[in-house]
Amino acid sequence: MLGKSSPISKFWIGFLIVVILVGLVAFVLQVIKGHEITGMRDNVVWGIYIINFIFFVCLSYSGAFFSGILHFFKTPWKNSVSRIVEIITVLSLIVGPIFILLCIGRLDRLHYLFIYPRIQSPITWDIIAILTDLIGCFIYLYLTFIPDFAMLRDNSEGASNWRQKLYKSLAIGYKDTPTQRETLHKITRTMSAMIIVLAIVAYTVLAWIFSLTLQPGWNSTIFAPYFIVAGLYSGVGVIIIAMYLIRKYYKLDHYIRKIHFIGAGIVLLVISLLFGYFTFSEYFSRWFSHKIQDTNLLNTLFNKYFWEFILANYIGVLVPIVILFFKKFRTIKSITFAAVVAVLGLWLNRYLIVVPTLETPYLPIQDTRPEFIHYSATWVEWALSFAGIAAFVLFFILLMRLVPIIPMSGIIDYEREQKRHHKPLIQNQKK
Amino acid sequence: MENDIAKKGDNNRRKFLKLGLMSGVTAVTGATLLANLASEEELKASGEKIKLLTPDGKVVEVDAENINKYPEAHITPAEARKGIPNRKFVMVIDLAKCKNARNCVESCQKAHNLDYHEEFMKVQLIQDNEEASPYWFPKPCYHCDEPPCVTVCPTGATFKRDDGIVLIDNDRCIGCKFCITSCPYSARQFNWGHKAKFDDKSQPYSPETSVPAAEGTVMKCDFCPDLLREGKLPHCAKACPMGVIYFGDKNEDIVTNGEETVRFSELIKDRAGYRHLEHLGTKPNVYYLPAVNRQFPLERGFDVDEDILERYKDVPEVQDFKNQNKTKS
Repeated sequence: MLGKSSPISKFWIGFLIVVILVGLVAFVLQVIKGHEITGMRDNVVWGIYIINFIFFVCLSYSGAFFSGILHFFKTPWKNSVSRIVEIITVLSLIVGPIFILLCIGRLDRLHYLFIYPRIQSPITWDIIAILTDLIGCFIYLYLTFIPDFAMLRDNSEGASNWRQKLYKSLAIGYKDTPTQRETLHKITRTMSAMIIVLAIVAYTVLAWIFSLTLQPGWNSTIFAPYFIVAGLYSGVGVIIIAMYLIRKYYKLDHYIRKIHFIGAGIVLLVISLLFGYFTFSEYFSRWFSHKIQDTNLLNTLFNKYFWEFILANYIGVLVPIVILFFKKFRTIKSITFAAVVAVLGLWLNRYLIVVPTLETPYLPIQDTRPEFIHYSATWVEWALSFAGIAAFVLFFILLMRLVPIIPMSGIIDYEREQKRHHKPLIQNQKK
Repeated sequence: MENDIAKKGDNNRRKFLKLGLMSGVTAVTGATLLANLASEEELKASGEKIKLLTPDGKVVEVDAENINKYPEAHITPAEARKGIPNRKFVMVIDLAKCKNARNCVESCQKAHNLDYHEEFMKVQLIQDNEEASPYWFPKPCYHCDEPPCVTVCPTGATFKRDDGIVLIDNDRCIGCKFCITSCPYSARQFNWGHKAKFDDKSQPYSPETSVPAAEGTVMKCDFCPDLLREGKLPHCAKACPMGVIYFGDKNEDIVTNGEETVRFSELIKDRAGYRHLEHLGTKPNVYYLPAVNRQFPLERGFDVDEDILERYKDVPEVQDFKNQNKTKS
């Protein structure tokens, strides 16, 4: 992990940087020419930017949620995945809010949010929730890193000078004495409980941005829990994909095992059932009570967005359920495939929540300009979306060069525990 | 020795944690405190007063600060937040008289310096159900008493005044578009790109005139408070050749379309006035009189630009009309 980069990884890093640069060009164009160069217009005022925002922020919240749970309940196999989950949490919380900034028409006036804040606006709640969550996640992530930094500091004789200095200052004098270890464990545990709560609050406020409006497709009482479940769904999906890629490219077969994939797969199964249930309840009640505005929305969904609806809400839910339900289908590759389907389906599901609703307002859209009737994202929006994903992956790769992806301290702790209780090491049993 | 270092490290860590927690707490409390502080922005006055003679012969005292920036009757953004005292403006639209002459739309566009497709007042063709006959439906901003747009605005750029008018201060707007998504009547529009007219600073900006508009901000019908201050009707009401649009003051219980002046409460009672989408609870200040005993056949409204007529293509009667025209020619 900390070794030299191979030509393949160099190629990938170069590719990611190119994607990010294209995104930067698109961003500069958008700033110079205004939002005119996006596909957004007066009816669909929020496009794929806000969908990416929800997607990344939900990813982060679910990361925080899982990480908190792994630590709080001292899950036995947490060591191999907890660091991956934590990095996903923080990176997506950095990438996500960039997308909401892209929705804002006057970036030069962003500070007005703090000069003239109005506390009754859900956007203000969201800013408070996200900032608090960001700070909480950083503290938490740092706490889990301290013992590893200490270890890196003590074993980095060969490393360059700046690295040694960096590790030294980041380890803040942690010497792994029993008192220090106990204090750190206590603080980390408290913090892990706190970020679960923070994650739920922040999720909920995000859902309220939509459900507190009067729009027929958004004004729903189940939106907050629905968003929480949806966020967990994409979160587990991305964790599984990350586990697969890291295992493959960093040759960590010994640490990330099939048992981890099956564990995560079963979590994904439970959440996909929940997610399917919420999606069904949401659309079923609209369809059954058939208020005129709801009917109009469903007509848009079932006509104009027929295939998207099938892909998002049938394929995106049923395929993972089928793969994960039967034991014989549960291989590392098929679980990863289910995760990919889940993540793509969920993104499309968010798209169907945002765009068709805005295309079906209370008063019919009577306009002759096609771009005002139907939203389709322009290359600028796609370029920025892919740049966001590329930035996420690139940061991930760079972070993995700086710190161990499998917490060494965690493994030592684990082995220490095992010795004390004279239990066999589950981790070493080949599965 | 090692013990000492450990102790020091312990201290450092504690300091760090404290710092982290503190910054978290300050971020939250800071935001709430600011929210309380910024509830009302006071106009900074120089204290120096200057007496002026207005065009209609009144002597007024004006603060020296405002003189160069806001000549004539222009209202500063801070003043525009207060509203005209003791007024409660209300509009009544008589659907029985509307024939889609579009004078309201055009005079509004001219007054607010809007482009062809930018309309604060829209005329829609609405068919309530399959049996019902379609009718022309002029739609301004409803200036709701429970405005969802104002509730969701994170900076107070859009606000509700004491006289019932909902305005936008485009100097304050950050362009988050949350108000557009929360308005159930699609009354709001966004300035998606830069236009040359935004640079025309010959008239200083006031939320009461909505001119000049600014890129990346929201705009909408403003009920023309600049005219109301002069005791005149809004542009749409004044321009309508059929007297469709009545405008007035709920406190005085009077509305007028420029020709006849009637009691607002009686008009609403006698003609079964209603508000659009009442069930949403937004309490609009625009009332409609139902399209009964119509003065014009619907087709009179089809005498518009081809491009405008194309807007209504989904309404079956427009299709029939077009087909008839085709067979004739």
